[in-house]
Amino acid sequence: MTARTLFDRIWAAHEVVPETAETPAVLYIDLHLIHEVTSPQAFTVLRSLGLPVRRPDRTLGTMDHSTPTSSDQVFGNVPIKVDAAAKQVRQLEQNAADFGIELFAMHDARRGIVHVIGPELGCTQPGMTVVCGDSHTSTHGAFGTLAFGIGSTEVGHVFATQCLLQRKPKTFAVNVDGALRPGVTAKDLILAIIGRIGVAGGTGYVFEYRGSTIEALSMEERMTVCNMSIEAGARAGMIAPDDTTFEFLKGRPRVPQGADWDAAVARWRSLATDADARFDASIDIDASLLEPMITYGTNPGMVVPISGAIPDQAGDAVFDQALRYMGFQGGDAMLGKPIDVVFIGSCTNGRLEDLQAAAHILKGRKVAAGVRLMIVPGSQQVKREAEAAGLADIFKAAGADWRESGCSMCLGMNGDTVGPGQYSISTSNRNFEGRQGVGARTLLVSPYTAAASAVRGRITDPRELL
Amino acid sequence: MAPLKRFRSTTVVIASSNIDTDQIIPARFLTTTTKEGLGAQLFADWRYAADGAPRPDFVLNRPESRGCRVLVAGRNFGCGSSREHAPWALLDYGFLAVISTEIADIFRSNSLKNGLLPISVDAATAQWLLTHAGAEVDIDLEKTLLTLPTGTAVSFPIEPFARHCLLNGVDEFGYLRTKLADIERYESARASRDR
Repeated sequence: MTARTLFDRIWAAHEVVPETAETPAVLYIDLHLIHEVTSPQAFTVLRSLGLPVRRPDRTLGTMDHSTPTSSDQVFGNVPIKVDAAAKQVRQLEQNAADFGIELFAMHDARRGIVHVIGPELGCTQPGMTVVCGDSHTSTHGAFGTLAFGIGSTEVGHVFATQCLLQRKPKTFAVNVDGALRPGVTAKDLILAIIGRIGVAGGTGYVFEYRGSTIEALSMEERMTVCNMSIEAGARAGMIAPDDTTFEFLKGRPRVPQGADWDAAVARWRSLATDADARFDASIDIDASLLEPMITYGTNPGMVVPISGAIPDQAGDAVFDQALRYMGFQGGDAMLGKPIDVVFIGSCTNGRLEDLQAAAHILKGRKVAAGVRLMIVPGSQQVKREAEAAGLADIFKAAGADWRESGCSMCLGMNGDTVGPGQYSISTSNRNFEGRQGVGARTLLVSPYTAAASAVRGRITDPRELL
Repeated sequence: MAPLKRFRSTTVVIASSNIDTDQIIPARFLTTTTKEGLGAQLFADWRYAADGAPRPDFVLNRPESRGCRVLVAGRNFGCGSSREHAPWALLDYGFLAVISTEIADIFRSNSLKNGLLPISVDAATAQWLLTHAGAEVDIDLEKTLLTLPTGTAVSFPIEPFARHCLLNGVDEFGYLRTKLADIERYESARASRDR
């Protein structure tokens, strides 16, 4: 038997019909996550053809993207301010009811960002194929799943057949070794990786993150890394399941229990890539050299160490356009630049450990005058845990706006936006033009750097406040 | 879906690299629950000023762009969000093909399912197209050939099954549904294996 990668094993186990020169493979999908923004058109197709959702038991819905995060709109009697968003939310409720799909609706205690709740409930399990109409579905790869984002047409395909037509992607080993220095986080690591690979370097590939650094990461950190695979062009990123994975999953509501759990763990242990397996591409990263990272431009690959300066590439059209938009000059130092808004949250950095990191910096400190700090938990469960642990009190005492869960300011379609021309230090995943609001200028960082910058009102090396 | 076989059109050029799907269709327009009408918001933040007035310097607002069906763009077109609203907006505006040196994976897949042809070309061809905005090109999906007005013809790669579907105006869904017996067999085998 030839040596196989984690990806090869999962792919082979889900091939209903193998690919040929003329036709793509029929790939079975174990878990289909849906939300209000990319599902309506797929339900319309089902209705027009009179088809049911074939496996509602493998389908789970939540509301996160266009859903408001202010408590009065979520729980009060205040209607959702964005009319079209309110319509999407109502439509998902109707669709879920009509097609028999479990939905964590607005008031459900289990509601949250789709990529936070899947792992939280133990729906995401090693060896699975997981899809969702959202490019950050790669997050679930942290559990040793093949997880990737799909379009709405494909959402319809999965509804009707529980399968997708797919060409087999190539494999890319991202080998990371060395200990991360204090104050340097998984977010800094993935930003550095994207800086090295480039925003298109992973096109056509599935990443497998490997090496001593990755093995030492917690599950929440691994999710942060896998989450941003798509920002390097890779549809999926994955990490071999190990004791850290099993420890995280054990006892969660949707994982096997008792003897079934032991059998599942035994099966999951056999998924890891064989020692002599070959990848189509690879890169080696020395994590011990990394600093906290920050983006300066309008894609996640435009990134520098926080103590560094913006490179001077004047004359390069992409660079010039990005810096014009950001209001920066080549050669500028990043440290000390003033900021207006700080956003801590998203499927990249909206889990409990991220909030603990922010609280570590914010405890006993105040947000600088004139700076708006918004902290949005990734799920209602994360919110409850943060409140029980006293984190929310630290945030409120610091002057932060503590919200209900959702995608919030990551993508500016739910009423939470950054104003035109404003600088936003954000723990989210995309610094594209206008991503956080028309004219908004986004700088991607870790929760530490976001919190430290909120305190100083300027871009700050978090290691000064740890 | 209407069959897509061969067509000629002048080109519109947006030379930027890494044009992400947030630029193609900003998130605030994703609150729609249908596919129709998104062409009006295509490239909204580049195309319109804050007061909604068209920016005269943006290429889609120039008279020569009217009726163009081919968009030429810098490398890594369609990166970022998986929103299928991006190809829906391009098609609703009237585009039938996008040409770049590299086209992002999810955008490519979404485009092929809607009849928008993603065409990857070599750097020299891309450079020629980027510097000759408005050139009339011929796109022949049957022969997978892009022909420039210079007479130069370059072959472009396309997944054979997607090509078959586009040429015949059929969608992939119909084919997938013919595999339902295989899917049921797979599920039974899995159920007994996992027991």
